[in-house]
Amino acid sequence: MLLSHGGEPSRTDGPVARWTVEQVRALAPDEASRKAGNKLGSAGPWSEVGHGAAGAVWGLCKGSGSKPYRTVIDTSGPAYKCSCPSRKFPCKHALGLLLLWASDSTDASAADLPGQAPDWAREWLDARRKRAAEQTAGEGAPASGPADPEAARRRAERRAARITGGAQELEQRLTDLLRGGLAAADQTGYGLWEETAARMVDAQAPGLASRVREMGAIPASGPGWPVRLLEECALLHLLNTAWLGIGGLPDALAATVRTRVGLTATADGAPVRDHWLVLAQYDTPDGKIVTRRIWLHGRESGRTALLLSFGAAGRSPGLALPVGVTIEAELTPYPGAGQPRAELGRQFDPPATRGTPPVGGPTTAALAAYGHALRDDPWLDSWPVTLRGVIPTPSEDGWQLADEDGSSALPLTPSALSGPGLWKLVALSGGGPVTVFGECGHRGFDPLAAWTTSTDDDSDSDGHPVPLI
Amino acid sequence: MPMPMLWEELVTSALLGTDRRPPANGSGGTGGPLAVLDAAALHTVRRRAGLLPASAAERPERAPADPRPPLPAAARHRLVQLLTDRSAPSGGSGRRGTAPDLTELLPQWLAAANQHGFRAPAVVLPALLDAARARTDLRAHVLGFAGPRGLWLARMNPEWKFALRGAPGSPPPSVATDPEAVRCLWEEGLFAERVALLGSVRRREPAAALTLLSTTWSTERAEDRLMFLDSLRTGLSGADEAFLEQALADRSRNVRATAAELLSALPRSALAVRMAARATTCVNPDRTGEAASIAVEAPHECDASMQRDGVVPVPPSGRGERSWWLGQLVEATPLTTWRERFAGRSAQEIVALPVADGWTEELHAAWCRAAVRQRDPEWARALLGPPSTPPANGPGTASLAERSKLLATLPSEERALWVADFIAAHGLSEAFQLLGVCVVPWAEPLGRSVVDALDIARDAGSYPWSFSGVMGLAERCLNPAEADRLEVLTTTPDEPEGASPGAGGYWSEAFQRLVSTLRLRSAMDRELTPGAP
Repeated sequence: MLLSHGGEPSRTDGPVARWTVEQVRALAPDEASRKAGNKLGSAGPWSEVGHGAAGAVWGLCKGSGSKPYRTVIDTSGPAYKCSCPSRKFPCKHALGLLLLWASDSTDASAADLPGQAPDWAREWLDARRKRAAEQTAGEGAPASGPADPEAARRRAERRAARITGGAQELEQRLTDLLRGGLAAADQTGYGLWEETAARMVDAQAPGLASRVREMGAIPASGPGWPVRLLEECALLHLLNTAWLGIGGLPDALAATVRTRVGLTATADGAPVRDHWLVLAQYDTPDGKIVTRRIWLHGRESGRTALLLSFGAAGRSPGLALPVGVTIEAELTPYPGAGQPRAELGRQFDPPATRGTPPVGGPTTAALAAYGHALRDDPWLDSWPVTLRGVIPTPSEDGWQLADEDGSSALPLTPSALSGPGLWKLVALSGGGPVTVFGECGHRGFDPLAAWTTSTDDDSDSDGHPVPLI
Repeated sequence: MPMPMLWEELVTSALLGTDRRPPANGSGGTGGPLAVLDAAALHTVRRRAGLLPASAAERPERAPADPRPPLPAAARHRLVQLLTDRSAPSGGSGRRGTAPDLTELLPQWLAAANQHGFRAPAVVLPALLDAARARTDLRAHVLGFAGPRGLWLARMNPEWKFALRGAPGSPPPSVATDPEAVRCLWEEGLFAERVALLGSVRRREPAAALTLLSTTWSTERAEDRLMFLDSLRTGLSGADEAFLEQALADRSRNVRATAAELLSALPRSALAVRMAARATTCVNPDRTGEAASIAVEAPHECDASMQRDGVVPVPPSGRGERSWWLGQLVEATPLTTWRERFAGRSAQEIVALPVADGWTEELHAAWCRAAVRQRDPEWARALLGPPSTPPANGPGTASLAERSKLLATLPSEERALWVADFIAAHGLSEAFQLLGVCVVPWAEPLGRSVVDALDIARDAGSYPWSFSGVMGLAERCLNPAEADRLEVLTTTPDEPEGASPGAGGYWSEAFQRLVSTLRLRSAMDRELTPGAP
């Protein structure tokens, strides 16, 4: 279970600091939920609302039916439970309740006393804590491996063989394409790529399949598409070659190649315990699956880590952390050199609502970091970096982030230019320097969160990162 | 490893196909597709790993400082909440349910925040500007609240260019207090900026605005002159007479008419005296009958001097010339004239006099316009009559629009009381426009009267949406302190005999929404009041 914490009662020495409205809003799985939650974020439909010391919030929300929905949230997880039938996560009732909790100016201090939760809420909270305690106690027990290691090995070999077949077929298709010319790819359109992608799915290489599918969109992507298509073909070729020769690769690179091809790895690195600041959370739809990315930054380790969670067929991903909150937790890195991905392990203290932004550097350092990361993983499109003291500046073909002192700048990616985050960023800066966290790559810089830097600032953002997505 | 192939070469080969266009490799031979892919991979990774920053474009000018204090945290959260819902449809299904309609509360919130003099949080500016782009009713409030940084931001995005055209009533920031800057903006500014500037100077120092206007008056375009003249409405006084009298000779007919209208609102002006002289030849005590009454002899012509004083000679279609002229004369005549004319009678007594030959309606309507123009509460009171009299039978006018204008000239408490009594006597169906001119939050008797009327409508068994206009108004205008008293109405009552099916439930829902909206408004006020608990 991802969401867990100790559950020692000793930690519950005071009420947990409240999240801000912005933090709650950043949790919403989509815009519709955000609006629906917003509607429920005032006292109207709620009754028996309360919050307990260990970060529990509960309430009854009047719906259209006769029985009100029972909503309870453990903000130290955070984890949510609601008796409504919604498949969104967190549901609009949880969001509304959190908004109510976050913006309630009349502190119902009577509800701060522990043990006041109604039975239905306490049952769930107790069960959660018990489970977490058992998990802690159970640590150190031998991991239950596959029932039959021999069969598992044979299965893995069979899959590797199928991927090898797929990679060889893909190589053949790439050479055919190059022999006939990319100009033809413009005419064949999507069909060719879709069919090839389907072949890669058959070959159980989803990583190859999604790369192939993305290539289908390139011929329609505007001027310069042949260059971009050639680049992607070349990188795909590089991946095929790497897979076909994986035996000769160093372990770390081999692990990266396996991940890129689409083999799922298990997080098995040494856990890193730190105070992790939640920098950004955003979802990207990918076929029928929604991928949620949560970027974290460790205060002591200085590491930036990525938590991925997935939601299939209309369900929201199962992990939601409020942006700007700091959690003390163990993160277990995934294998592969330079992979920022990690898995959330044990959490220790209830989340704190304050954190300092990563130190950050100038634009040159950001590009250098990306270049450096490419040594370990040449297929990386971007790398998480923090820019310090940059000024959003309009340029000929869009916007850029320019160093405060110097002539260097990073252009924003086309997707960043079309999103609402750009204007938040510009407004926040007011022509002055800001600190910006984002993904920096060959397409440009994608801003995900920003902080004002000037000390005389109006504390508009209360030192919280401003989410830009 | 050497780079045997040039990137351009590779792209050309890849585009045309290695069969047709094999790339030359360094040693004079040619490479196949695999060689192209290998070389391209190397190129691609090398290029990405060696990316250098672009050169910086010219830096934007910094946004001017905004000295106003930041919003309290709770108020900022509320603003974000109100803005999130802004695109929700108001009306239709949006009017149902028990949850407050946040879109309706946004203007109120903005007005309150401006009143307290808070600065808008920077990150919220894009959402504020977007909201104002979609809703013109928000623009003045939003631009005031957004302040200099909001304008700075609006310049960056063509979608917000409405903000640069200025909004009525939004003084240009930072300029308004510096005489040199005022002069400069007046001479070089865009039209909208100049209108806003003139308006703000006029509000602060009426004479200074007149001086400013006089400097360039003769060179302004006619439609601009009209707009500028219009801003003199604020703080109009005898000091403006000379200027307005001069404008009566303006080339533009509209300018002349506006100047005449403004002059006639100054009872001591020469124009008012001239108009009074004309009107008193038309309207006189009737000395033929036993009882006192009024005789009317409408003008027979509209001569050049009348036209110069702003009387429009051609009536709109369907109206007689002579009654049209009469109306204009009476409208522009100081109301004090009539007391003298009718033997010292009060306004109320004059209004009560019978009028000969069916001129009552015409004469009373003209007096109504005069009372509004001259802001004369005594005449307004007389023309409104007692609130309990049905509008059709009372003096003055039956038009609710005219009546609401008359009401607006009364002191606010009296206005509220009058409307309260009107509702008590006639119910809600005609009260909507009258309620619109009452000061928010509604005074206690008015609020009670509205709620009582709603309660009566519920008991009568009608559906609440027949009163959705008033209900919506009540949500925005009732004093939030009434919420607790209204709580009792939120229960679903037993359905009375003959009631519309299900109406009780809907009423309970409507009252729940009313109560929760009032609670929300009171929370909004609390959050915006510094030092409040």
